[in-house]
Amino acid sequence: MGKVIPLDQAVRENLKSGDTVAFEGFTHLIPHAAGHEVIRQGISDLTLVRMTPDIIYDQMIGMGLAKKVIFSYAGNPGVGLLRRMRDAIENGYPRTIETIEHSHAAMANAYEAGAAGLPCAIFRGYKGADLPKVNPDIKSVICPFTGEELAAIPAHRPDVTFIHAQKANEKGDVLIEGIVGVQKEAALAAKRVVVTVEEIVPDFKGLHPNLTVLPHWTVTAISVVKGGAHPSYTHGYYARDNAAYLEWDKVSADRDLFDQWMKDNVLSATPEVFAERIKGL
Amino acid sequence: MTDFTPTEMMTIAASRALTSKDVCFVGIGAPSAACNVARLTHAPDITLIYESGTIGTAPDVLPLSIGDGELCETAVSTVAVPEMFRYWLQGGRISIGFLGAAQIDKFGNINTTVIGDYHKPKVRLPGGGGAPEIASSCGEIYITLKQATRSMVEKIDFFTSFGHGEGGDHRERLGITTKGPTLLITDLAIWKPDPVTKEFTVVSLHAGVTREMVQETCGWTVKFADDLEETPVPTTEELTTLRDLNERTKIAHAGGKAA
Repeated sequence: MGKVIPLDQAVRENLKSGDTVAFEGFTHLIPHAAGHEVIRQGISDLTLVRMTPDIIYDQMIGMGLAKKVIFSYAGNPGVGLLRRMRDAIENGYPRTIETIEHSHAAMANAYEAGAAGLPCAIFRGYKGADLPKVNPDIKSVICPFTGEELAAIPAHRPDVTFIHAQKANEKGDVLIEGIVGVQKEAALAAKRVVVTVEEIVPDFKGLHPNLTVLPHWTVTAISVVKGGAHPSYTHGYYARDNAAYLEWDKVSADRDLFDQWMKDNVLSATPEVFAERIKGL
Repeated sequence: MTDFTPTEMMTIAASRALTSKDVCFVGIGAPSAACNVARLTHAPDITLIYESGTIGTAPDVLPLSIGDGELCETAVSTVAVPEMFRYWLQGGRISIGFLGAAQIDKFGNINTTVIGDYHKPKVRLPGGGGAPEIASSCGEIYITLKQATRSMVEKIDFFTSFGHGEGGDHRERLGITTKGPTLLITDLAIWKPDPVTKEFTVVSLHAGVTREMVQETCGWTVKFADDLEETPVPTTEELTTLRDLNERTKIAHAGGKAA
């Protein structure tokens, strides 16, 4: 229950090749350090679930670890396109990937349904849109009370959800503040939950009583990784490294440059380097 | 003022469409600039909502992404993303959705998903994000984009977000109860849908713009209103507000450091 262990151990014990895994964080608190650890361990054939695949999945896809991506916005937020993901979709490089595409509303509803233990999510969505024509997971149901046709999609039930948070206390309760995104739902929808945190404090006395998002008994493992969201940010700790998002557009545009960048910054690195990366932010 | 760019005119014309009474779901890019210029000039009480869950936000600089920390720090409230889409958007609490587009057709249908075939795309664009449900759940939709024949097309490659479909009463036939696109603001003109056919029609040309310029940069045969107007040029206050906002934004986003 919320045992505190090093990140490499937390990843090794909880994620297996072939798993369905969600790394969540809506621009804020993206668990990049955990993503890098997965890449170092070469865990492959993954079904990656995430609203905005973002740099974190662009890296895993570029390293050939994904067989399928379930998503709703494949952009580099504020910058442009995801070039490694595009290369996989358009050219099958470094491998072909299957994509299951939704809208944000659908993805958020699917996590919530997973957390609620329901088999599917029902919402008013996709009216007139083409996605239902290309995604067989989008179906509809008729409301038995009003006759309204509503969209229905399967609940998300990841094998593992990874999130990053500001802090945990010594018991392993996890606190998130700021843009809270969909992490609580993604965590409660998953079979196993791995949380990286900026720090562990003795207790949460004196903090706002609504800030605890996950009680310790809902968390499988906690790893302390200072700066673990970089180049995303951790509200109250460090700012978003916008320059790094802009730089990624160049790195990811070239296959060789990407390979070299991954060697230098991920494969030959350790989680400890993230503390350095946030200095001055 | 007479010294302004077409993009500045577009942003300022878009900002004028907003009022303090509006509750506006803000798309990133051009819509975000227009919404914040409105807030900093004639619509100080407008409620701006970004899909990251920030409600009533008042950023000092334009966010690079929809989830920048400043949106949260200046917001009245920040809610979880499922709540944002369920209670606030689907719940019918948002009066205006303000969207950009990669491709648009004459009925305000939007494509931000693919150029070419979905399964073998020529260009894989980011996709819909929040837009499919913004387009159907907000009271009405404003769209802003720069005119070009590759973006204003006769037929879009993919219906990411439904506008007026094939025109006429297509929305009603699909059971959609909201108005859909009611305003299109480009760098050259202001467009509104015909009340019956729902085809976007030019109602106002920006200063210095001719009918030919609008047609040359549009992929369908453009209809012009009988009583075509000229868009008032930006005021000094509008232009200064926009330029100051852009300058603050540029400085802020140059911050951070490369990994």
